[in-house]
Order: sequence, then C-alpha cells, then structure tokens
Amino acid sequence: MNQPASAYFLEERHDPNETHTLSVLVANEPGVLARVIGLFSGRGYNIESLTVSETESKKHVSRITIVTTGTPMVIQQIKHQLDRMIPVYQVVDMTLTGRSIERELAMVKVKGSGDQRIEAMRLAEVFRARVVDATNESFVFEITGGTSKINQFVDLMRPIGLVEVSRTGVAAIGRGPEGM
Amino acid sequence: MSPSERQDSNQMTGAAMIVRALVDHGVKSIFGYPGGAVLPIYDEIFQQSDIEHVLVRHEQGAGHAAEGYARSTGKPGVVLVTSGPGATNMVTPLTDALMDSIPLVCITGQVPTHLIGNDAFQECDTVGITRPCTKHNWLVRDIKDLPKVLHEAFYVATSGRPGPVVVDVPKDLQFATGTYTPPRKSDVHASYKPQIKGDAGQIRKAVSLLVNAKRPVIYTGGGIINSGREASKTLRALVEAAGFPITSTLMGLGAYPASGKNWLGMLGMHGTYEANMAMHDCDVMLCIGARFDDRITGRTDAFSPGSKKIHIDIDPSSINKNIRVDVPIIGDAGSVMADLLQAFKAEGKTPKIDPWWFEIGRWRARNSLAYKKNDDVILPQFAIQRLFEATRGCDTYITTEVGQHQMWAAQFFGFEEPHRLMTSGGLGTMGYGLPAALGVQVAHRDSLVIDIAGDASVQMTMQEMSTAVQHDLPVKIFILNNQYMGMVRQWQQLLHGNRLSHSYSEALPDFVKLADAFGCVGLQATKPSDLDGAIREMISVRKPVLFDCRVAALENCFPMIPSGKAHNEMLLPAEANDDAATAAFAGGKALV
Ligand SMILES: Cc1ncc(C[n+]2csc(CCOP(=O)(O)OP(=O)(O)O)c2C)c(N)n1
Ligand SMILES: [Mg+2]
Repeated sequence: MNQPASAYFLEERHDPNETHTLSVLVANEPGVLARVIGLFSGRGYNIESLTVSETESKKHVSRITIVTTGTPMVIQQIKHQLDRMIPVYQVVDMTLTGRSIERELAMVKVKGSGDQRIEAMRLAEVFRARVVDATNESFVFEITGGTSKINQFVDLMRPIGLVEVSRTGVAAIGRGPEGM
Repeated sequence: MSPSERQDSNQMTGAAMIVRALVDHGVKSIFGYPGGAVLPIYDEIFQQSDIEHVLVRHEQGAGHAAEGYARSTGKPGVVLVTSGPGATNMVTPLTDALMDSIPLVCITGQVPTHLIGNDAFQECDTVGITRPCTKHNWLVRDIKDLPKVLHEAFYVATSGRPGPVVVDVPKDLQFATGTYTPPRKSDVHASYKPQIKGDAGQIRKAVSLLVNAKRPVIYTGGGIINSGREASKTLRALVEAAGFPITSTLMGLGAYPASGKNWLGMLGMHGTYEANMAMHDCDVMLCIGARFDDRITGRTDAFSPGSKKIHIDIDPSSINKNIRVDVPIIGDAGSVMADLLQAFKAEGKTPKIDPWWFEIGRWRARNSLAYKKNDDVILPQFAIQRLFEATRGCDTYITTEVGQHQMWAAQFFGFEEPHRLMTSGGLGTMGYGLPAALGVQVAHRDSLVIDIAGDASVQMTMQEMSTAVQHDLPVKIFILNNQYMGMVRQWQQLLHGNRLSHSYSEALPDFVKLADAFGCVGLQATKPSDLDGAIREMISVRKPVLFDCRVAALENCFPMIPSGKAHNEMLLPAEANDDAATAAFAGGKALV
C-alpha cells in the first residue's frame, strides 16, 4: 500500500453507511447538550437531526433523539461513546429494535395565487397538513409524519411557491407497552 | 459533640469546604499555582497543615506532576489553579491524562458568578474549554452543590476507566458559607455505573478459546496498571498457569516483569520483532486493558489476520473501535483476570504450545534490539543500558519525555514492577517527564526518580527545576542529548528526503551551567568511559541533577514498523541501511 509521508497509517474504509435513530435519556443539567454535540463534532460523527426536550421534569430527565449515519462499526462507537458520558442514563438504537415510531413536525410557508393556491390546498389535504396561517397570498401548513413524507411534501410545494420551512427534527418512541 | 455543634462545625466557607473535601478523600499533596480567583482557597491552605502544597512554575507543570503522582501511587493527583490563563495552561495535562486514563482532580477558580459571561478579567469558559479533555467537569453555581460535586469529582476521576475531571468554582462561592457534608454514595449521578465484574458466559467462551490455543499471545496495556497492584499479580499468575507468551504496550510495561521468561518485549511501532511477529501469527489473542491504538496495530486490515481475539476492557467504547474482536469482556482488568484464571484452572488443561515457543525462539534470535557498539561516542541505547544496570537494586521510578529517548527507555530499561514507568503515551507530550518526576518524588521521597529526557523535550518544562530545588525533590534529569529532535529527524530522514527542516537543537543551553543557575547539580558525560562514573555520582547526590549525556547525534530508533505496513513487515536494525530504509518507505516519497 502506498501512502503519503505520514506518522499515521492512512487507510480508507469502504463499509456502507447506515442511518440510525438513537434515543438518549440524559440528566437535564447545564451543558449536557453541549457534551452530546461536542462528542459528535469532536469525533467526526454525523448528525442528521437532533431533538431535545425535558420529558420527566421531576426527575430532571431529558430525551434526546439523534438521527445519525455511519458504518456499523461507527454507529456502535457512537452508542458506546454516548453511553459512557456521566449524565447519560441510557442509549437505545431505535433502528435496531425495529419497533419504533418516528415523527417530525414541519411548518411550511407557501406563497402564491390563483391555481397555485388551489393546488397547494389540494396537496395539503392529501398529506393531511393543516392550515395554521393564511393570507391572501400565502399559507402556513403544519404537517407531521416521517421524514420522507415531509421531504416529499416540501418538494411538492417547491414549484408552487415554497417560501420557507421550519422542522422540529425526529422524535421517536418504541411500540408496545414497555418504555426504554 | 451535640448535633447542633456538629452542625456548626460543618458550617464553613466554600474555600474551607474544598480543603476539607481534599482531606476527607485522603489527599496528602496537591500541585498548584495561585491567582486572583483562588486566593480564598490559598488562604485556607496557608492556615492548615494536613495538605502539602507544591508550588510549580507553570500550571502545565502542576498537571504533569499530578499525573506522575497519580500513576506512581494509584491515587488521584490533585491540581489547584486560577481562572483564565491558569485554567488554559492546564489543557495539555488534562488531555494527556484523558488519553492515558490517569485520575486527576483539577480545581479551577472562576470569576464571581455575577461576572460570568462578561469577559471579566481572567475569565474564560473553563468548562467549555475542558469539556473535550476531561472525563467530566462541573461549574458550581450554588454553595449547596459544592460538597456533593467535590465528592463526585473524586469518584468519577478514580472509578471505572480513570480520567481527569475539572471543578470550576467561582470566587464568590469560595467566600460564601454553607453546610459541608462528608462523602456519601448518593453524591454520584445515578446514570454513572461502571461495570467491574465480567460476564461469566463471555469468560467461559474466552477460556475455551485459550485452552485450545496453539499459538496464543497475551497483549496487555495500561488498564492493568490502572486496575491496581493486585491485577499485576493476577496477570503474572495467569501467565504462569497458561505458559503463554506476553507482550505489552508502552503504558503497560512493568505489569509483567521484563526479566520474566515469557516476556516478548514491548510491541508496536518500535516494539520487538518477536512481539510483533507473535501478534501477527497468533491464533488466539488475549488483549487485557489495551485499546488497539494505531501505534500498536500497524496497518489494521493486515493486523493479526488469523486470530480469534478476546478483549478485556472496562470501557465498552474501546471494544470494536479499531479492530473487530470475537469475545469482548467488559469489566475491570483485575477482576476479570481473576475470574478467567479460576475458570482456566478449572478446565484442568494447559495447551501444549512448544512448537509456538520454538518459532518465537527463532524470532528472538534475530535480536531486533541489537546495535553496533562504539567506544568513542556514547550510543543512546548503551546509555540506557548502563543506567539500568547502575540502578538495579535501587528503588527506582522512571519518567520520560517524548521522542527517540522515550522509545529507547521502553526498549532498554527493564521494568520489573507496575507503576514504575510514567510516560506520555497517548498524547505524546514533550515536557511531561520533568514535572511528572517531581510528582513521583513527592509521593516517594526516598526513592530514586529519573526522567529519561531529550534535549528538546526537557526545554519545554525546564523551569520546574526551580520547583525541585524549592521543595527538595532530588529528581535526576538524564538528558540523552543528541542535539536534535531525534524522532522528528528520523521521520524526515525516512520520509522527507533527509530534509531536516527545523529539527536541529541549535543554541542549546549549557545544561551544566543551567543546573548551576537553578541551584542543582550539573553533570556531563561525553565518552562511553565517563558514563558509569557519572551515573554513579548522579545517583548518590541528594539533590536535583541535570545530567547532560552527550550521545551519538544521528542514531535512529529501530526496529520499526513503517507507515502503512503490517506487523510482519518490520524494519530491523541490521536491515536498516539506507537502501533498505528507502525501499521500506518507498510510499513515503509522495508528499501530501
Ligand atoms: C509538545 C510537543 N510538541 C511537538 C511534538 C512532536 N515531537 C515528537 S518527538 C519530538 C522531538 C523530541 O526531541 P528530543 O526531546 O530531543 O528527543 P529525541 O527524539 O531527540 O530523543 C517532537 C518535536 C511533541 N511530541 N510534543
Ligand atoms: Mg534530542
């Protein structure tokens, strides 16, 4: 193997990337989100989406949902690296459990007149998006669903007169009676 | 004492709580440097005598000294520094300690709470800056939290995989009064539960691999040293019972004695031929407390291709990070080894591996550490061998700086016991060894503490010689002075067409005069015949010594696994003439 002059062994890995959704329960204390984000940036992991909110205020527990991509070895590393952080209670790979529901919410602003408005409304109905704001020349739709459904909706709105989109990122929860 | 009196005696300022917590955690010595944001704590230190404070000359020195203290004792090292520049000067030792899993508790002063975020004088975002270089850190915002955080800091630093922690204490909290509570279990995050005991099923799987091995090797690391003295004893018993060959990383040297008959020497980039060949050709690898670091594995896709790998580590994130293993066992090295040894003995079957030992014997016979003797100039390898011989029978601790001398120390100084070698392995911090030696000497006042140094490294923290004099720490700084940043020069020779860009040590100070200026003893050896006498003198004087050992300028460190090569493609000293080196490093001609 020829490699440039380096004190490191340079090599490329060719395992295919996978996308995983991780649910992380953390103690809700100052800096905890910075720790998690710093881990991802410091070690060069990807964040596709990240949502965080306190879920059990009495116990000061927050739930972070992270969608990330990487080779299977990297995904395993990410889980271990998260798990060993002091304020992290638990890490569950929702993709591996295969029994999770993933949703995000988006608000989509569309501008247009005449036929464009009618077409926007028609598509909104098909996607079960609600109108949460309307003017003579615009709508704001609220839509929930899986990431691909929202992507699709946004793509359809683009030629009609998409102005802007605000998305929450993915929240995930397991099916059935058990918790994490 | 009545309950109300007890209550009173637990009422104290934040500064007093800090000193009290140190005492409660058995701390005898701390390393530090004062400044505005820690003056209340220094005032408390002034008024007590339980804790010795070692005043360094630069906060980095305090950090490395605490590392030396920690690694040579197995106890946490404690550092006290001020806000802003005091804290930023700690970044290197904190990172060093994180990489090498050394327990440090660093207390930093911070500007008063109401000024945080204001760009106040000597303010910096200490927890932000040190977040990636600590195992955990805390900014204390309420006096009520201070005792709990201090206790948790000690627990986190020393339990599981040890590491450095920072507790950032604003100055107003140091003045504020509150109730001190002694250490309790509930001080710790419920989310932090390191696993100590290994899974019995996994241990059974490991044993069945081990008893059927034909070409086994044990590969150990710093985790065994961190686990405590008992772990080294268990390791020795395991090696004895199984009769397996054993090698170690730099950080694990001494866990198994260098004079032991199953010892293969260190492995990795500058490891021995027999250790690396055994790793490459083995059929069962038992890795204990090591992490398949890139200096160890060489090219990972050609790393030990035919072996089943068992990996014992307390940190799950070390498993399958670089190398896929077959039987991971999460747990403390000592605890898992004890269970493994018991299960192994219960099998009542010791594998017959004579053919394997025969093969290893052939690799050993290549004598990969050989070097050409020289009567005129001191060869660095020879200097370390003489140092080793002269210190046999002494109660010796070795620290090193970083470079060729560090590798020669690892190759030629035989470590018989754990906790005897303090070196910067993961981060490779030049300037580590001198202050680390001070920390070792503080913990072992009557022992012989030697920093095997390089002429370039030693200048990075040289000012700490003044600390040595002030605190009567008779450390010996044994400088292998090749007048080069030898390791850099070696890479430039092998990889960059011998263009020695800025790797010379020009304008070197006269180390003997420098010693004099510090009020230490300066010694020099320039010829092989001077060496033994000068070393004897160094050992016998009860003062800090700077020893200028003038060694061959252009000697290189072999054997060596060139970049991008596998364990079985080592370059041996006999082959390391210019042509062979050029061929081995052929890929290196293309510059990035
Ligand atoms: C703080 C720091 N800066 C730079 C380096 C890169 N480096 C590694 S070895 C080395 C040269 C060390 O020279 P010396 O201390 O004289 O040791 P020698 O290799 O000559 O034995 C350098 C610059 C480092 N390891 N640490
Ligand atoms: Mg040098």
